[in-house]
Amino acid sequence: MTYLPFAYPLPALITLIAAWLVLGMLGLLQPQRVGWVARMLFPLGALVALGVAAVAVSALRAGFTPQVLVLPLGLPDLPFHLRLDALSGFFLMLLGIAGAGISIFAAGYFRRGEGTSPGLLGLQYHVFLASMALVVLADDAYLFMLAWETMALSSYFLVTSQHRIAEIRRAGFIYLLMAHIGALSILLCFGALHGGNWTMTFDAMRGASLSPAWADVAFCLALFGFGAKAGLFPVHIWLPEAHPAAPSPVSAMMSGLMLKTAIYGLLRVSMDLMHTGPWWWGLVTMLIGLFTALFGVVFAAVQTDMKRLLAYSSIENIGLIIAAVGLALLARSFDMNLLAALALAAALIHAFNHALFKSLLFLATGSVLHATGERNLGKLGGLIRYMPWVAMLALVGTLAIAGLPPLNGFVSEWLLLQAFLSTPAIPHSFINMIVPLGAAAVALTAALAGYVMVKFYGVIFLGQPREAQLERAHDAGVLERIGLAWLALGCILIGVFPQVALDAAASVTRALTGAAVQRGGTIWWIAPVSPAQASYSGLWLLAGLLGVVAVVFVIVRLFYHGRVRRVPPWDCGYRWLTPRMQDTAEGFGQPIRRIFGPFFRIEREVPAPDDAQPHYAIRIEDRTWRAIYAPITATVRRLADAVAVLQRGRLAVYLLYSFLTLIVLLMFVI
Amino acid sequence: MHMPSLATQFLHVLAAGLLMISFAMLAQRRIRRLIVLLAWQGAMLSASTLLVAITAHQSHLYYSAALTLALKVIVLPWILMRLMKRLGIAGDIEPLVNISTLLLVGLALVIFAFGLAQPISALATTVTRQALGIALAVILLAFLMIIARRKAVTQVIGILALENGLFFAATSATYGMPMVVELGIALDLLVGVFVFGIFFFHIREQFDSLDLHHFEALKED
Repeated sequence: MTYLPFAYPLPALITLIAAWLVLGMLGLLQPQRVGWVARMLFPLGALVALGVAAVAVSALRAGFTPQVLVLPLGLPDLPFHLRLDALSGFFLMLLGIAGAGISIFAAGYFRRGEGTSPGLLGLQYHVFLASMALVVLADDAYLFMLAWETMALSSYFLVTSQHRIAEIRRAGFIYLLMAHIGALSILLCFGALHGGNWTMTFDAMRGASLSPAWADVAFCLALFGFGAKAGLFPVHIWLPEAHPAAPSPVSAMMSGLMLKTAIYGLLRVSMDLMHTGPWWWGLVTMLIGLFTALFGVVFAAVQTDMKRLLAYSSIENIGLIIAAVGLALLARSFDMNLLAALALAAALIHAFNHALFKSLLFLATGSVLHATGERNLGKLGGLIRYMPWVAMLALVGTLAIAGLPPLNGFVSEWLLLQAFLSTPAIPHSFINMIVPLGAAAVALTAALAGYVMVKFYGVIFLGQPREAQLERAHDAGVLERIGLAWLALGCILIGVFPQVALDAAASVTRALTGAAVQRGGTIWWIAPVSPAQASYSGLWLLAGLLGVVAVVFVIVRLFYHGRVRRVPPWDCGYRWLTPRMQDTAEGFGQPIRRIFGPFFRIEREVPAPDDAQPHYAIRIEDRTWRAIYAPITATVRRLADAVAVLQRGRLAVYLLYSFLTLIVLLMFVI
Repeated sequence: MHMPSLATQFLHVLAAGLLMISFAMLAQRRIRRLIVLLAWQGAMLSASTLLVAITAHQSHLYYSAALTLALKVIVLPWILMRLMKRLGIAGDIEPLVNISTLLLVGLALVIFAFGLAQPISALATTVTRQALGIALAVILLAFLMIIARRKAVTQVIGILALENGLFFAATSATYGMPMVVELGIALDLLVGVFVFGIFFFHIREQFDSLDLHHFEALKED
């Protein structure tokens, strides 16, 4: 027997989403009281998120039939259509599970005196959550765009919560601009998708028969529009600006959750609403994704701001997910459903994993920021001694994002590699040659991601504190620890039991590609292609690792010497070591800067040899700013100047304009 | 050729009067005279509406005529007069374009308006259909006056004259608008004039004058 919320999942979800909105409104009762807004309402919001996840999981059961609901809201004759199927269920589960952790953390994080009042932040925060849930549930273009724009606006206000700082306002503006350009493209995409029957429900779009040319147009618009939200190259520029500007829980939400709604949108349009397209859709998507991944990770390696580093790392992960989506599209266009299912499962699981570990890391940077007031890696260091909880939990996230077993990042990257390596069967020789190169690019990206994460963790938490004030850093509060621990637990569980994630993804792939990846092997092992080619068991690996550690420990303690010695580190023959002698963030990234030189636009100030007070500075810029955005900005400005000739500042001239318009229109009447 | 009835002829006289007053307003330099002319225009309008009401047996037009008389002949001119005295701007207003050019442009507009009204009045069945061209001309002339004057107060008078033209067009083409609409417009006008009055004081406070060329400073460079 199923309980009521699970028997009627859609009404239950609507109730939960409404509960978020109510919580947001309640915050306005006493907007200045942190105790009320943060300690009361945010934990309740986390509970609601858990509820959403629990109901959404029911949509992932085998044999679940999609549920639809029409809400008599919205404009006359344009009611809201909602639909819960496996795809939306998967993304809702992601939203609920990661959102719960972030909300709990936020309950301990927000404090007074940081820009917008807590009550207002709470309202925007919960509206943001609710709109993301609605994006995923929407079943017509109208509700989708409404929720999409609400999501963009509420997150804009969250990003600019410290709006008195000009830099943050600028970051917010770039974000808002890119969000709207993307939304415009999505709107046009829906305009192309209805195929001439002018019905904007997704159901009608599924049934519409598009001419190949219109289908191409719709796909390109969708890729551009959702790509702008996800952070695909070259429309990624808002991401490294907006993420560092936002408060940390908001960065976590945007990076962990909001980017995933873009993945959802791309999947919904390209695999559900549209029929199978030509192979170049998949190829283009895959290549853009791979380039974005490489681009993101290379830029992450040279960052010196910890949140900017994570933002570029988000670009990298989104690139990998989109590459997997591209591969799925490619395989689908050749009717290779099993391969499509494998690539899609890799994309979905990686999206889920990224939501967990990237949120975890962004939240950890929030704790560090509150404890030290520093975002600059060059002024951090040695925090593992002062913030042991945050350091240990961040370590889990760092290892996971670096793709090390037995954590979750390994599972999805391994699945992705499996998908890329099992493609020689594609009946197209040109693509057959390209796809293995993709596997190489994925491997390179994964390796560089490991490098980046060593830098991130090593510079912040290990070594000696680079500034004296760091010794006063305090560990995170209880609520923050719970939030971090929740996300870290997710990373570990999916890493150890990848079967669960694979099962959840299977119901989605079955709905979208008609096939599902077999677990293969026995219950403890997964072997997506065949046990003969590759198989993996998180549990056995964990057991093995623990066993080796235990054996080494026992041998060292019992048989070798058993003493614990504490000595200062070797100083290489110098007389003393200072924290300034440690490897810096710039120094650590220097090899990457050399190897991938053409990626960057570098400005360096090198001191003269006889300078008494040498000063060294380096500025690394994204080439896309000058190559793409500067010309566009200049053109827009020129056009605006041309139009501005009309603005004379004289009332009589303005009146003359309308008078002449009237006369001309009247002439047409005759 | 059949001779139009006395009432229709009288209507044409009134319509011609409206047009003449519009030209007079275009040529007038003094605000006090402008307000007086506006009141006269209202009176003509009221009389013509009354006449249409009698000849066409349209009972609701009686109310319209009474409303026009009360509002446009008495209340609004009185408010404007008070405003003028409070603001201390009884003197000359300089037009942007010289008066004779303005009158020539006005002439061209009247010809245009008549040409425009020809096909429309051929379709209309009212006793006043010939007056439609005049109504359009009054509207265009009022617009011209708004454009060509420099002081903010004349713009309000221009808008009121424009409304007179619209009202006349409505009566001559279709025996007037429904009562509710007319009441609404009357109320809007009244409120509008009050709002304008408040604005004038604010503008004067800001710029120490009601001359519109000060607004040029508001343009963004």
